[in-house]
Amino acid sequence: MADVNRGNRPLSPHLQVYRLPLAAITSILTRITGHALVAGILLLVWWLVAAVTSDRAFACADWVMRSWIGFIIMTGSMWALWYHLLAGVRHMFYDAGMGLEIETAQKSSWALVYGSVALAVLTLILFFVF
Amino acid sequence: MRYITPLKAAEGLGASHTGTQDHWFLTVSAAALVLLTPVFMLVVAHAIGLPRAGVMAYFGQPFPAIVTGLFIIVGMLHFIRGTRVMIDDYLQGTARKVGIIASVIFSYAVIAAAVYALVRMGLATLVLV
Repeated sequence: MADVNRGNRPLSPHLQVYRLPLAAITSILTRITGHALVAGILLLVWWLVAAVTSDRAFACADWVMRSWIGFIIMTGSMWALWYHLLAGVRHMFYDAGMGLEIETAQKSSWALVYGSVALAVLTLILFFVF
Repeated sequence: MRYITPLKAAEGLGASHTGTQDHWFLTVSAAALVLLTPVFMLVVAHAIGLPRAGVMAYFGQPFPAIVTGLFIIVGMLHFIRGTRVMIDDYLQGTARKVGIIASVIFSYAVIAAAVYALVRMGLATLVLV
């Protein structure tokens, strides 16, 4: 047992200490953003229905929409929508058998993170400037 | 007698011959939503902040109404299939059935509410014109 390689052996990926690869995290985020978008669509539809209901109903929905809670929900939804869109496009390439190599998936994962944030910032700028 | 191999008969259909329908629907609606999303964001961004009469007049116009209606309808139909994938992954038995039913009911309720509001706004502007 003298020449046994100690300390430099591959570790078993135990569930509780396993660090998820970036491609796994960005893949799971696709599902999370898709489901979280429910918050944004509910707020928007409530706001639309309130507008045709009464002045009081609209005042209430509009207050929420323009409060900091509404700002967080709508801005978060906007980023989630961009992320889900980019990730969905990546899934179409995956379905076609493209971009499945580990290195390419790593690059596309960073592209999702940076791309969605860049598009979200650009959208916010457009929203406040125009 | 059909001169095709069993593989050819089964390819692309899945075991039940309908198993790939949800996936294909997700793909088609995803492509539609890629086009709709940027336009929808601009439409909504323009509407937020308007007074009540302004909101009603804005969504009374054809373009904002059609984009918003299309996005919410296609989006919620996409949502039904998307939640279905997650429910199939994480829930079993009765919980799975309840989850699927709840997701479908919820999605159509959202569609109905949005379409109702858009139709009301469209008719309100029609009266003004």
